[in-house]
Amino acid sequence: MSGVRVLVGTRKGAFVLTADGGRTTWQVDGPHFAGWEIYHVKGSPVDPDRVYASQSSGWFGQVIQRSDDGGATWQQVGGDFTYDGVPGEHQWYDGSLRPWEFTRVWHLEPSRSELDTVLAGVEDAALFRSTDGGGSWQEFSGLREHRTGPSWQPGAGGMCLHTIVAHPTDDQRMFVAISAAGAFRTDDGGNTWLPINKGLRSGEIPAGDAEVGHCVHRIAMHPARPDTLFMQKHWDVLRSDDAGDSWHEVSGNLPSDFGFTIDVHAHEPDTIYVVPIKSDSEHFPPDGRLRVHRSRTGGDHWEALTEGLPQANCYVNVLRDAMAVDSLDPCGVYFGTTGGQVYASADSGDSWAPIVRDLPAVLSVEVQTLP
Amino acid sequence: MSADQITVHGAAGVHTVRVVLPAHLRVLAGVSGEVPVTVEGVVSTRSVLNALEADHPQLAGTIRDRRTQQRRAFVRFFACERDLSHDEPDSALPAAVARGTEPFLVIGAMAGG
Repeated sequence: MSGVRVLVGTRKGAFVLTADGGRTTWQVDGPHFAGWEIYHVKGSPVDPDRVYASQSSGWFGQVIQRSDDGGATWQQVGGDFTYDGVPGEHQWYDGSLRPWEFTRVWHLEPSRSELDTVLAGVEDAALFRSTDGGGSWQEFSGLREHRTGPSWQPGAGGMCLHTIVAHPTDDQRMFVAISAAGAFRTDDGGNTWLPINKGLRSGEIPAGDAEVGHCVHRIAMHPARPDTLFMQKHWDVLRSDDAGDSWHEVSGNLPSDFGFTIDVHAHEPDTIYVVPIKSDSEHFPPDGRLRVHRSRTGGDHWEALTEGLPQANCYVNVLRDAMAVDSLDPCGVYFGTTGGQVYASADSGDSWAPIVRDLPAVLSVEVQTLP
Repeated sequence: MSADQITVHGAAGVHTVRVVLPAHLRVLAGVSGEVPVTVEGVVSTRSVLNALEADHPQLAGTIRDRRTQQRRAFVRFFACERDLSHDEPDSALPAAVARGTEPFLVIGAMAGG
């Protein structure tokens, strides 16, 4: 019988949650790397036993860990992220220029085709690649050296490259998102990059429709429809049907269009999920009710999914990398909260149950569908 | 405090320095308790950390920057009840550290709330 493995990164370690295809009885393993911040854990599509983890600490810096047995045991493989050449400068909070300085890896994206190839999105914003299983890392410096780079500035969470979306069939095309610069696309394997922010409007920057400067929180794509992208921006949920060349808002009837995460159903490219958050100054669900919202129309029309989720006195947040879907039928949907809960739905979001309730604050959730 | 805890060592030769790591770094390095490192020549913060990282490459980048070798902001170096964090990295450490009678402490700075 098939099963699922949910990989959870938290403020104080990583956890591996496993269940069979019924997704009702769970085993919890962890914490791995206890006491460290685990921004992201993700498995390889090539071999589910290959899992990468970003382990970092304000005290002791960045470590990359790799598992070759599905997260049971780990090997420290690297952590040297050196910018290519002399890093330039970007805007700092006070308007001064500040040199690029590596802080941590926010997101790891294992290759769809090469077991030992994995991408890393880092703070200060840059994209790195390893082709030796995470041991050594080389930068795609064309992104950081984009002509708009000196105007990029950090959001409150730092200037981080947090989203990497690889095209399912075209090795040359890839999408990334940076807070608070915006979304970018490469069509030549990462050498050059194009800002893809037309249609975004952000009240937090002087020119709301500027080429860059937007706080994109997350981008999601269904592999069957790679020209269609969904975005949760600081405020607004948006959609593009031309690979990011233009965007239009699909927030529709959401109770708030602020949020961090967005994802797409595994089998229905027009079914998408968001978790509305009240505002940028109140990072919790509107009215203290934790609701996932689902659109079956690719946006604009949304339904609240509440069964099994707390509908009173809930003031957690759901961060950008903290939602994932499995590829079973019906599709499973998972998300983690800053309150330490990881919720699972085995029926495409109709009903939910917690897998665990009291983990450290959840930073990321990924799921692997196992044979 | 004894004299060799105050005076710096100046002896050539081979020294075995006792390094005490914080818990997280002991886990990374796969060690328990004190870590002995062998230093030839002047025993300084730099030479001790060079020897430590040579023996335990997992620690590269965790105590000091890989490129600049600057101490990470939330790491401190103590020995003989003194904070040596702001000393020059090539300055000789106390003679007691070089003799191995006192350990060289790598400390994670206090933070909490």
